[in-house]
Amino acid sequence: MTDTLVTLDAVTVAFNGLPVVDRVNLSVSRGDIVTVIGPNGAGKTTLIKAITGIQRLTSGSIWRKPGLSIGYVPQHLHLQPTLPLTVQRFMSLTGQPDPDCRQALSKTGIEHLFKASIHRLSGGEMQRLLIARALVRKPELLVLDEPAQGVDINGQASLYDLIRSLRDTLQCGVIMISHDLHLVMAATDKVICLNQHICCSGYPEDISHDPAFIEVFGQAIAESLAIYQHHHNHSHDLHGDVVGSDAGGHSHTAHSGECQSGEHHNHAAH
Amino acid sequence: MPLIDLVLGDFFWRALIGGLGVALVAGPLGCFVVWRRMAYFGDTLAHSALLGVALGFLLQTSVNLAIALTCVALAILLVLLGRSRALATDTLLGILAHSTLAIGLVALSFMPDVRVDLTGYLFGDLLAMSRNDLAWIYGGAAVVLVLLCWLWRGLLMSTIHEELARVEGVPVERLRLALMLMFSLVIAVAMKIVGVLLITALLIIPAATARRMARGPEHMVLLAVIIGMIAVSGGLTLSWHFNSPAGPSVVVTAFLMFVLTYSLIRQQQQ
Repeated sequence: MTDTLVTLDAVTVAFNGLPVVDRVNLSVSRGDIVTVIGPNGAGKTTLIKAITGIQRLTSGSIWRKPGLSIGYVPQHLHLQPTLPLTVQRFMSLTGQPDPDCRQALSKTGIEHLFKASIHRLSGGEMQRLLIARALVRKPELLVLDEPAQGVDINGQASLYDLIRSLRDTLQCGVIMISHDLHLVMAATDKVICLNQHICCSGYPEDISHDPAFIEVFGQAIAESLAIYQHHHNHSHDLHGDVVGSDAGGHSHTAHSGECQSGEHHNHAAH
Repeated sequence: MPLIDLVLGDFFWRALIGGLGVALVAGPLGCFVVWRRMAYFGDTLAHSALLGVALGFLLQTSVNLAIALTCVALAILLVLLGRSRALATDTLLGILAHSTLAIGLVALSFMPDVRVDLTGYLFGDLLAMSRNDLAWIYGGAAVVLVLLCWLWRGLLMSTIHEELARVEGVPVERLRLALMLMFSLVIAVAMKIVGVLLITALLIIPAATARRMARGPEHMVLLAVIIGMIAVSGGLTLSWHFNSPAGPSVVVTAFLMFVLTYSLIRQQQQ
């Protein structure tokens, strides 16, 4: 238990009396990658903000390891075009010396952009910059709010790879929000499915069969994830009879499209 | 000290020294107005300064003090009203800006024994700068500059990304209040130079002109100060030679520099 970084105990956040996050219990330990998934309006971002301490709780409590340093990677950085800012200056605002900043940038693979203006970065480069900025503060807990938003599909995969390798080298805990179910399933240790309250949680392989998961995300996405799992496990020769990998890829994107409309129905019904 | 007496004894030199003092603080604060999109907010505070003038006469206190306190009160009111979100911010600002200006004008008309140079308050009365005004300007400028240097990193960080700053332990709310107090002080001080209706121009135009040439936030502040100082000196010279009103001449000079730099830079880029 000494490696527990943060523990949430019946955390509730309500706006105007309506609970957005409802009695959530969870804990993140050193070396964990915990991913929070859930439909729009499920309170994912609010939960993340509660963990970082910028969202006040309505009830419940959060225990943080004494002196816990948190590296926060926001959803995106919308910088006013009127503010001239280079990568170097943005990094140095953490108060860390230049060599450390360069090192963090090289870990996320964008050291060559040290002198560049932030306004010229692409979506993927920006996310890598935000992660580097979190890293330079030597976090024990890395908190990411949809790190792959606005990044193309190849970029997303390599971004999740990066997060995993950072966990391995830094031995920090990671908690992140994601919409990219398929990539999440491959890149995470533990999935938490949130819809105000925690619907279900567990290992990626188990969770897609969970009735609560199917209720929130619909049959279609659960099945498409199962297909994905087959495809993923195929290399281990556990399952023999798998549809062609191309077809699988196509069908799951189509399904996730369907599911998103299903999500809204679900949401409206509540 | 005969030299100082000689300089301060001449109204032109007093005007120039006072104007340069205002440019010194208008530069950095103008940058924040541009970065945080607070132009309309600055305008509202400036308009309320006329109410401060009326209150100053009514309560028979120092007019400068009354202006500063009115601006502070309005800034706090704006923060409180802004939280309720019953009205859009620009609607709220529009209501308060013009109502306070109108109330100030009506209140002044009810004080027949007070002979006020209304044009002076609306458009500035740079050439009537007294030694007392100079003391106000440099006292205010010193306070604002010390505060800015002290709070710089936090202010800049919360301008770039409020939540990121909050997670990193920057007291965002308190800094916003500090920034508003500095604004109030600068408006009370700058009113003498360009008047209620033109203060925002003195804040924004030098900062906007500096933007195209600046490589970083600090560089932009430095350039804005220099451009503001050139505008003050140029405007005063214009006023001296052509007998034009001093405040508007300062703004016209700033505007000419803005147009000039933008067209020059555009040519360079082509």
